[in-house]
Amino acid sequence: MSRLSEIPRGGTAIVEEIDGVRGFRRRLLEMGLVPGTEVRVVNVAPLGDPLFIEVRGSQWSLRRDEASEIRIRGPRE
Amino acid sequence: MSEVTAPPARPMVALVGNPNVGKTTLFNALTGSFAKVSNYPGVTVERRTGVLRVGTQALEILDVPGTYSLVARSAEEQIAIDAVVGINGERRPDLVVLCADATQLARSLYILLQCQELGVRCMVALTMMDEAGASAPDPRRLSQALGCKVLAVDARHRKGKDLEALGEAMVRALQAPTEPLWRWTPSTTLRDHLRAVRDQLPDSWPRNDGMALWALASVDDDHELANIPERLRRAVADCRLDRALDDEPVLGRWAYLDREITKEVIGKPDRSRTERIDAVLLHRVFGFATFIGVMFLMFMSLFAWSDPLIGVIERGFELAKDGVRAALGAGVVTDFLVDGAISGVGAVLVFLPQILMLFLFLGFLEDCGYLARVAYLMDRIMRTMNLHGRAFVPMLSGFACAVPAVMATRTMERRRDRILTMMVVPLMTCSARLPVYTLVIAALIPASRMVQGLLMVGMYGFSVLTSLVAALVMSKVVRPLKAKRLPFFIELPPYRFPRIGGVLLMMWQRASMFLREAGTVILVCSIALWALLYFPRHLPDGAPNYDEQLQTAPPEARPALQNARAAALLTHSYGGQLGQLIEPAIAPLGFDWKIGVGLIGAFAAREVFVSTMGIVYSVGTDADEGSADLRQALRDERRSDGRPAYPPLVGLALMVFFALACQCMSTLAVVKRETGGYRWPLFLFGYMTVLAWITTFVVYQGGRLLGF
Repeated sequence: MSRLSEIPRGGTAIVEEIDGVRGFRRRLLEMGLVPGTEVRVVNVAPLGDPLFIEVRGSQWSLRRDEASEIRIRGPRE
Repeated sequence: MSEVTAPPARPMVALVGNPNVGKTTLFNALTGSFAKVSNYPGVTVERRTGVLRVGTQALEILDVPGTYSLVARSAEEQIAIDAVVGINGERRPDLVVLCADATQLARSLYILLQCQELGVRCMVALTMMDEAGASAPDPRRLSQALGCKVLAVDARHRKGKDLEALGEAMVRALQAPTEPLWRWTPSTTLRDHLRAVRDQLPDSWPRNDGMALWALASVDDDHELANIPERLRRAVADCRLDRALDDEPVLGRWAYLDREITKEVIGKPDRSRTERIDAVLLHRVFGFATFIGVMFLMFMSLFAWSDPLIGVIERGFELAKDGVRAALGAGVVTDFLVDGAISGVGAVLVFLPQILMLFLFLGFLEDCGYLARVAYLMDRIMRTMNLHGRAFVPMLSGFACAVPAVMATRTMERRRDRILTMMVVPLMTCSARLPVYTLVIAALIPASRMVQGLLMVGMYGFSVLTSLVAALVMSKVVRPLKAKRLPFFIELPPYRFPRIGGVLLMMWQRASMFLREAGTVILVCSIALWALLYFPRHLPDGAPNYDEQLQTAPPEARPALQNARAAALLTHSYGGQLGQLIEPAIAPLGFDWKIGVGLIGAFAAREVFVSTMGIVYSVGTDADEGSADLRQALRDERRSDGRPAYPPLVGLALMVFFALACQCMSTLAVVKRETGGYRWPLFLFGYMTVLAWITTFVVYQGGRLLGF
């Protein structure tokens, strides 16, 4: 299964499951990153990290190692 | 009984909502600029309250800090739940007005579901309707779906009419009956846990399933919440929630939002403007170029643009001092008023230009959405030192002055990030160190101008290096500052035009809080320090009788005599005696007691070192770093064996000491104010002094071993 951190700039994916510690998981879930939600990697910061992602029309910054805690299906064609 | 005599309390309305939804704009519009700003006890979160009048009715409005959820992991996040249900010293609100961003409807309403589960009386104010455009939801339909009043409010443009309608709706909503409303059905297992936890909730809390669910989700082995009774903590631990149960409420709420709310939004809000701007501002090349430009501008505003204002304040105080001196004549009272009290007030006010300038800048950057992007751009670098991306701006401001820089740490939401940044900001080469470096380099480092210049640049590099290393070490060693795996999940809000009124209001509120709280500490310390270096005001037996000599001396000899008298008085003041007392402690660093006196004087502000040394060396009370007399006096100073007292190595040691020691009471006062106690300022003073002593010792003794 792939991870959000593997999605290239501009790619989209569907959230399958979120790993990581309790506080981290809940924060992401409460923001609406529940399984089945589409995520788009809008951009990558000039130094390669963090990622700039879009979820449900709002935009967030997320570090690469945090993105690797997000299991995804896709990327969608 | 105070309850009998107290006037009937005004109904209380709490404004709750996500960050960046225009909640504070709405609060300002509702309450005018008469908000009362204070701090929540123990945390650096501003607490704003104001009064709204609707006809004859007056409502107390509380602006609850922006949050995405009521579930809390820290004392800061706990403020939201305290305010919504009225526990831990907060009054129970009669109504919660949820500010929901019309362009982020489902996410904004997540908290509403949490409030409804708690049985709190709610209504919704929809903001950003203009941005939502065609995709804006219909308030009436939404109202039916949510079971509470929903009103569209445009606090930016249609102010008067919408605000009036909102006020009236609030008053009406106060009468609405209320009972817990759950949009999802807990599983049997979760229900059993809720019952077990509910029975252990403190008596002062609402004892319902919503509160039990909050406790189940928030209380944890490594939580940092305040006032959680042990039996509650144990009850939650006994439930041993697995991942599925832990997720159940969140997934349940989102299932409802996706089913019932998402359909109220047709199409997507237009973010093309933001995306076009980001294409430039977050670009690999142009993005960094703009970033450097903006930071340079901010730095210039602190450094250069504040300078004329600081000059005006300083000149104003000089005039006031001269006036008082002329009016009252010489004497202890005059000296107290002039050198103690007026100088003390001046020492506080002199920070205002930089504080105002920095918060003006930060307010604009935050409001238009760029500050979050600064964090995004810099996070990769700051993270290496376990600092937050948002620590960049305070660290940069530290080059101007640590006092506004410490205050700028407020833009970070987590206490741990703020405190770690506050602990390293005072290591940056602030502008008060410059006069000291200038004097020492010019007087004691015999080298070409270029080498002297490089040494100055080297001091800047040294301060960046030490602050970054200090951050890294402290984040690994000091327990409360340890880098936990906390997410860097920050919102990058759409670009918006900043509201000048709101920015100015915030700027003024922060500045007045500095004057009220840190200012008083600085004033008291200034006066105490003045007294230390002023009294006892008489010379020991056997000292020359300067007063007599002054009477008989020819006019051209008087200035020298006066300077000698001032030097003798300072040397025999309590502070001067203290300088001699600490000589054994600073002798291994190459410093004599005269520098010791200078160090004590420098505690008022580092640059005071220069003028204190001026008095010690009898070159007058107003020597500055350019004074040729003072430079020569330092060069001519001899030890008892005839060798120069201040060889270049001592000069270097002195600069290293000033770079690292926390020689600044104002920094300590503002850290005390921002952390809400003496623990962190004492830690800051302690670690910097020890670091300075050890490093200076190594530099001086190492230099001597190498034959310098």
